[in-house]
Amino acid sequence: MVAIDIQKPSVALSRVADSETHGEDSPYFAGWKAYDENPYDELLNPTGVIQMGLAENQVSFDLLEKYLEQHSEASTCGNRISSFRENALFQDYHGLKSFRKAMASFMEQIRDGRARFDPDRVVLTAGATAANELLTFILADPGDALLVPTPYYPGFDRDLRWRTGVRIVPVHCDSSNNFQITPQALEAAYNNAQALNIKVRGLLITNPSNPLGATIQRSVLNEIFDFVMRKNIHLVSDEIYSGSVFSPSKFVSVAEIVEARGFKDAERVHIVYSLSKDLGLPGFRVGTIYSYNDKVVTTARRMSSFSLVSSQTQNLLASMLSDREFTENYIKTNRERLKKRYEIIVKGLRDSGIECLKGNAGLFCWMNLSTFLEEQTRERELDIWNSIMQEVKLNISPGTSCHCSEPGWFRVCFANMSEKTLEVALKRIHDFMEQRKLKRS
Amino acid sequence: MKLLSSKATCNSHGQDSSYFLGWQEYEKNPYHEVDNPTGIIQMGLAENQLSFHVLESWLAENPDAAGFKRNGESIFRELALFQDYHGLPAFKNALVDFMAEIRDNRVSFDPNKLVLTAGATSANETLMFCLAEPGCAFLLPAPYYPGFDRDLKWRTGVEIVPIHCSSSNNFQITESNLNKAYDEAQRRNLKVKGILVTNPSNPLGTTLSRDELDLLITFITTKGIHLISDEIYSGTVFASPRFISVMEALMENKHKKNNVWKQVHIVYSLSKDLGLPGFRVGAIYSNNEDVVAAATKMSSFGLVSSQTQHLLSVMLADKKFTKVYILENKKRLKKRHEMLVAGLKDAGINCLKSNAGLFCWVDMRHMLTSKTFEAEVDLWKKVLFQVGLNVSAGSSCHCTEPGWFRFCFANMSQETLDLSIHRMKAFVDSYKINTRRPKRNSARRTLSQWVFRLSLQDRKHEER
Repeated sequence: MVAIDIQKPSVALSRVADSETHGEDSPYFAGWKAYDENPYDELLNPTGVIQMGLAENQVSFDLLEKYLEQHSEASTCGNRISSFRENALFQDYHGLKSFRKAMASFMEQIRDGRARFDPDRVVLTAGATAANELLTFILADPGDALLVPTPYYPGFDRDLRWRTGVRIVPVHCDSSNNFQITPQALEAAYNNAQALNIKVRGLLITNPSNPLGATIQRSVLNEIFDFVMRKNIHLVSDEIYSGSVFSPSKFVSVAEIVEARGFKDAERVHIVYSLSKDLGLPGFRVGTIYSYNDKVVTTARRMSSFSLVSSQTQNLLASMLSDREFTENYIKTNRERLKKRYEIIVKGLRDSGIECLKGNAGLFCWMNLSTFLEEQTRERELDIWNSIMQEVKLNISPGTSCHCSEPGWFRVCFANMSEKTLEVALKRIHDFMEQRKLKRS
Repeated sequence: MKLLSSKATCNSHGQDSSYFLGWQEYEKNPYHEVDNPTGIIQMGLAENQLSFHVLESWLAENPDAAGFKRNGESIFRELALFQDYHGLPAFKNALVDFMAEIRDNRVSFDPNKLVLTAGATSANETLMFCLAEPGCAFLLPAPYYPGFDRDLKWRTGVEIVPIHCSSSNNFQITESNLNKAYDEAQRRNLKVKGILVTNPSNPLGTTLSRDELDLLITFITTKGIHLISDEIYSGTVFASPRFISVMEALMENKHKKNNVWKQVHIVYSLSKDLGLPGFRVGAIYSNNEDVVAAATKMSSFGLVSSQTQHLLSVMLADKKFTKVYILENKKRLKKRHEMLVAGLKDAGINCLKSNAGLFCWVDMRHMLTSKTFEAEVDLWKKVLFQVGLNVSAGSSCHCTEPGWFRFCFANMSQETLDLSIHRMKAFVDSYKINTRRPKRNSARRTLSQWVFRLSLQDRKHEER
């Protein structure tokens, strides 16, 4: 008789580790996989999948590269900002003062000086991903909720909920008013939470919006501010795309609202920012929390120990962002180039009979294919998304993955490729739409 | 309705302990050889400043690595966009090789089982999130690194139950104290999910023996729990006995057939061995695919800057450099260690016999007015304010025996270490005088003046 080895069940992991709240099984990620398996390359794979689901900014790298060439001492380890060993040892969670000053100044320049930022309120984190999670840990307890207007960035499902145990209650916005946030929608969301016995701790808005690619109007921001005051909750404004507004005067930061109100009730307002989109540096992991609340600043600083920004990177960027000549030129040029890309894609889509939401910011447009759906359902939206992926070989993001309450909308990125590739993508769409017309007639 | 979460308002970040208070006092009055020679010398910071010259000369010879170049070509764009939580392959490959080299290549590591995190701080917390629920417990041999109270408990809701180690057997882990800790957790209704050891130990500066490792592995096999081995100081072992990583211990046949290797995880970082805490480079290594998968996704909250990954991938791939660095680093640490141990011995103070780390575990029990933690705090304050040394009190490391202190020796110049030793000697001498005579305020004042008037001529000249 042969002895049978008893296989011990493996030691269990936590519920958090086993849960699906990381959200990586959604179509948002499935399209990514399709791209990874067959990526477009102008020369090597001209029939491959073009990635239009990645909100990256590649239009202004030459400006950064030029700066680095002309200021090579900024990237050497050990420069006028600090010696190598000072830098290597620097793990103070307050962050490099020169870098915080440069960040505060950069944030002011993006807002054309319409708001002031105090470097001592800047808390550095390894990307906005860390910043948003950190704020959620600080502002809410497990089981509590944050209100988030839909459609929203799919990553929030993970960033705000996964390890924090906090829930998201959506604030439904729709095309009837260009997806603007209304007081009615806010109240409805709040009441939904109440009905489920869930404590709402705050409202998180993204301004400019991802995926809409549009800024929130001043009047709406004021209504939002009145709402959070009424309900005595926090307001987090993720302004990660603030430097990507094509027309600067169109962007109103929540910081301006705070200042306009004389800093009354400011301690409930917190801003998230990052250099991943405006500067196109997602790999460097530079995010920040700016809070008007002293206790939040102190706590966030201590918590940032779990996600500090590399001192090597702080050193490099302190140099770059303190250079006003560079930053002014960068901000201006980046805006112009994004505007141009936006115009190309909107026109290209229109020529194919497709309309987009009127946008003025971001690295993407919010495309409306609802008129092409056989039925106004999620399933039909995913069918079209699938066709676009398989036949047109474009990876775009379906509104479903952004929790949009209306089927048929898609986010299409335009800044993570060359102009030539964008033209190729637009031609493919054009041909696809022509074929559809022929099939119908 | 309260405005912030319970996590924000509680004290689990641990910033009110003496560990941080000493730091604050130091910041108010920091020693500087020229500008503030009577200031407080920081001996509470476990940093490695001894081998920067090796790093600096490498950097001078390899400017491309910091300048976003690979083989002369700019890879700036590629790096700027690289945010893949799987990490830069070139970096992971170089890092696993370095980890193997530190272990004399007795073990090898698979880069696919390595997860990069922003420092060991992030790695430890991430493992807690992966392995335990709020209200569960991890057992930790005490004394332990004070930062664990924040790193392991704050946002995770996990509890720490100490495994009380005693000086009677040089603070080694025994079956008896392991069981006591496990039982204590049960008594407190805490589900034990694992054990976390730091090997080499902080604050002891000792490496775990093979017996201790076997004991731990057998224990986790029986109880069906995890073992995390924080090997952040693995490159600082400067004397025998040699370092045995938990991965090496697992290779023993008796452990192999138990399939327990899926329950063992290593934490590493370049903050201590390479002296680069600012660069935020940490890692989790696990043979458990589920842990690797979950930890990889979680690392999104604390990725390593691609700029830093690239620089270090080139540096650590340079085997000539790593060989020289590891040797030179050990040599310098050994010398510093000997200096501190001998210097304190002259003052009648013994240290726990140690072979690793950036600090000594110092026995000042004989200087306590009573065998209490109150007396320890008093002595700690005297050392801080009268002697002008910020050292770490054993109580902040959760040591059960009062009178032990951690003195760091690698975060300062040799001259500064020399001065701190002389200050201690002077303090002990006057302490002996004072404990024989009735206390008089003037005696205390004289001591302070005397200690701080020590000039360079009073001390031996030593080579750099």
